[in-house]
Amino acid sequence: MPKIIINNKEIEFENGMTVLQACELAGEEIPRFCYHERLSIAGNCRMCLVEMEKSSKPIASCAMPATDGMKIKTNTEMVEKARKGVMEFLLANHPLDCPVCDQGGECDLQDQSLYYGFDKSRFKENKREVKDKYMGPLIKTIMTRCIHCTRCVRFATEIGGVTEIGAIGRGENMEITTYLEKSMESELSANVIDLCPVGALTSKPYAFEARPWELKKTETIDVMDGVGSNIRVDTYGWEVKRILPRLNDNINEEWISDKTRYACDGLLKQRLDKPYKRENGKLVESNWDEVIDIIYSKINETEKSKIAGHIGDMQSLETINSFKSLLESLNINNYDFREKPFYINPKNKINYIFNSSIKGIEKSDFILLIGSNPRLEATMVNARIRKNFVLKKTPIFSIGDAGDLTYDYKIIGNKTEDIKKFLNNESQASKIFLKSKYPIIIIGESALQLASGRSIFENLKKFLIEQNFISDKWNALNILIQNASTVGAIDLDFLKDYKKNNLEFFDNIKNNKFKLLYFVGSDNLDFTKKDEFVIYQGSHGDHRAQAADIILPSPAFTEQNGLFINLEGRLQKSVKSSYPPGEAKEDWKIFNLIHQKFKYNNIFNSFKELRDKTLNKVKNHSDFGLLPETKIDKEDSDLDNLADETININELDYYFSNSVARSSKTMSECRSVRLKNIKNKTGT
Amino acid sequence: MSLKKVYDKQPESFEFTKDNLDLAKRILEKYPKGKEKSAVMPLLYLAQSQNNNWIPLAALKYIGNYLSMPYVNVYEIATFYSMYNLAPVGKYFLQICTTSPCLLRGANEIVKVCQSKISKDKDTISNNGLCSWTEVECLGACVNAPVMQVNNDYYEDLDKINTEKILNSFIEDKPLKPGSYRGRKNTAPEKKQNNNGANNA
Repeated sequence: MPKIIINNKEIEFENGMTVLQACELAGEEIPRFCYHERLSIAGNCRMCLVEMEKSSKPIASCAMPATDGMKIKTNTEMVEKARKGVMEFLLANHPLDCPVCDQGGECDLQDQSLYYGFDKSRFKENKREVKDKYMGPLIKTIMTRCIHCTRCVRFATEIGGVTEIGAIGRGENMEITTYLEKSMESELSANVIDLCPVGALTSKPYAFEARPWELKKTETIDVMDGVGSNIRVDTYGWEVKRILPRLNDNINEEWISDKTRYACDGLLKQRLDKPYKRENGKLVESNWDEVIDIIYSKINETEKSKIAGHIGDMQSLETINSFKSLLESLNINNYDFREKPFYINPKNKINYIFNSSIKGIEKSDFILLIGSNPRLEATMVNARIRKNFVLKKTPIFSIGDAGDLTYDYKIIGNKTEDIKKFLNNESQASKIFLKSKYPIIIIGESALQLASGRSIFENLKKFLIEQNFISDKWNALNILIQNASTVGAIDLDFLKDYKKNNLEFFDNIKNNKFKLLYFVGSDNLDFTKKDEFVIYQGSHGDHRAQAADIILPSPAFTEQNGLFINLEGRLQKSVKSSYPPGEAKEDWKIFNLIHQKFKYNNIFNSFKELRDKTLNKVKNHSDFGLLPETKIDKEDSDLDNLADETININELDYYFSNSVARSSKTMSECRSVRLKNIKNKTGT
Repeated sequence: MSLKKVYDKQPESFEFTKDNLDLAKRILEKYPKGKEKSAVMPLLYLAQSQNNNWIPLAALKYIGNYLSMPYVNVYEIATFYSMYNLAPVGKYFLQICTTSPCLLRGANEIVKVCQSKISKDKDTISNNGLCSWTEVECLGACVNAPVMQVNNDYYEDLDKINTEKILNSFIEDKPLKPGSYRGRKNTAPEKKQNNNGANNA
């Protein structure tokens, strides 16, 4: 390995590294504004100047490739003087408004001016002023503070895939702008707020809410979609003030989607804080003893086969397991977790997870989407596909029109016929597929929802096994799960009777066959109430609570501990960062109450006991944060032929996809802006 | 220099004329395959010459589509370079060099003449609609300082009186000849009397 001498210390570095990266290896901290590990190199802030032997001028270390035998010094007088000079130029036009700036306390410029700043300004001329730009409901702009690092421009172009931000003009007149003053059309747009090293781009919903040092920070995970992005929840009292991404290279790198970040204001609104019961058609406040009594008598009155349970999209493993054990104690056999009747084969873990793994997408050399729109269904997965596309120009195909995915892909049809062609190696994509080493086939819930969903899945699986693409080395079979609780619920067998298409539950719901329904946080299930008795246990007064006869308030995902399994099968911990309002009780404690009422003794004595018992039931999980061990089954299930059907990708109301998001003001603003943009585009 | 103002009355659409489209194709051929986006600068210039020496936003969009590059990138380029005009200019567009050598030789005088004869502010079209002027950085003709570029021609070795004459000719729409106004041929040395009276070539 080549060697470089940094401050008289010799270290080895990898070929292709820059001087800045080598300095970091040597443990030297280099100040920077424009350089960012995940973005292209711009070299325009000049803060990272270092001294190189045989160079009369200091060099920008972020843009200089490290070479063998180079001698770098980072602590000389020349370096310090150069950096001070740069800092003075940066501050010449930067307003001194730190006391009213939201970035204060976590501002790169503030921090670095502590070391390289001048105590007073020699700049006697007028400071420039820049007009603020409109960048949508999430990003607040104070462009006078901008130091033109162009991180936001590079992020939008490279990671977001929407070239909508640019730097116009030059020199002193340079400005960062979005053209036509419109919001950024990306689900990742708010990441530019984290990237901005100064207070030019700050968070609009969080404006003047709190200072970073006043907030309690909890490291947890997100449940807005199946990805399980790693997040940090910042709370002030019980209020969740903001959500920030946490670094996890395997899942979300250091980005999160706008929904993950900004649905949190929905945690403060529409909350259920007391038990309610329905009296004379109206919901009235009640208390725990009374509602549990009502539930007890109703369950006793009703025939067991007419009782059903359903669990929602953001429930932890513990909730699912304790609910299941309640249903089992009561001898109730109808339960499900799915919101839409899609086919799932729960026999083996590889049948319902994203086997190639999110990080594995980067390795892939062929991607086929079947009935899936990853941009909306799993934004971070889409960002990874885009990363692969940008770096390797990987051919991407889709069966079914997924709309704009921020990268180029080819639609090779929208019929099951096209899948058949692919299986017979007669498709346009087949030639590339057969040559590829690490192909990825992503099957979306929209495809599994078709009448031929079962045969689509089973035939594809068989085909991939035949092609030797489901092996210990590489597994090309991927199901794109949309909800955070789905994989966990399948692992805990929270669905009954999967011999046929296991969709009986949905038929019964649709035909109002059940007499008593117990919903745990399930607001998205399509259900029209007739004369059923409905128990709703959840955190938000959303669709389902309005139609409920009994409401049991429970905490939202940030307010109780829990485990989640993401779409790759990674087990992750969600940590309690706030507490629920009013009399809300944790889900497992509510089930315990009902258990006790029925005088069953198999209650959970502590949360730890519940967690241990739950983990025992989860099929082949690994340790926290790791991919599960999977076994490959070669058993042949009886295959049907593919029926002729059109694959339409279900429209997903991205900003309104769950009860927290629906309660969020920010999300509804985003939604109306997006709808307006769509309207303008089609010209209607 | 300040940030270029974009004209507020923009035409709806823009398209290359047939001749210019042929020209654009020939320009594209100069660039290697996959690098066609580099042609954005000559194409912008082509659009400017087609549209009375200024580029409307519709043309930026048109060129963006033509080269399949994002609109905002074309916009960045058009605002970066001073030779692209994003607002209408006069039929005679006067660019006065005010960089050091010209300034030392009296460019300020020329600016003052422009202010009195054409318009008080730069980048503003004169009352009769024929002229507009602006200050630019070095035009690269320091040897003939002070210098003024009018459309594609240079007027060199100017002084106050000559500039007034030249400006009047533009205002009357009968432009005088470009070149040196002190009788020099191109950049040839000037004939000048020495202190002892002898001619010094």
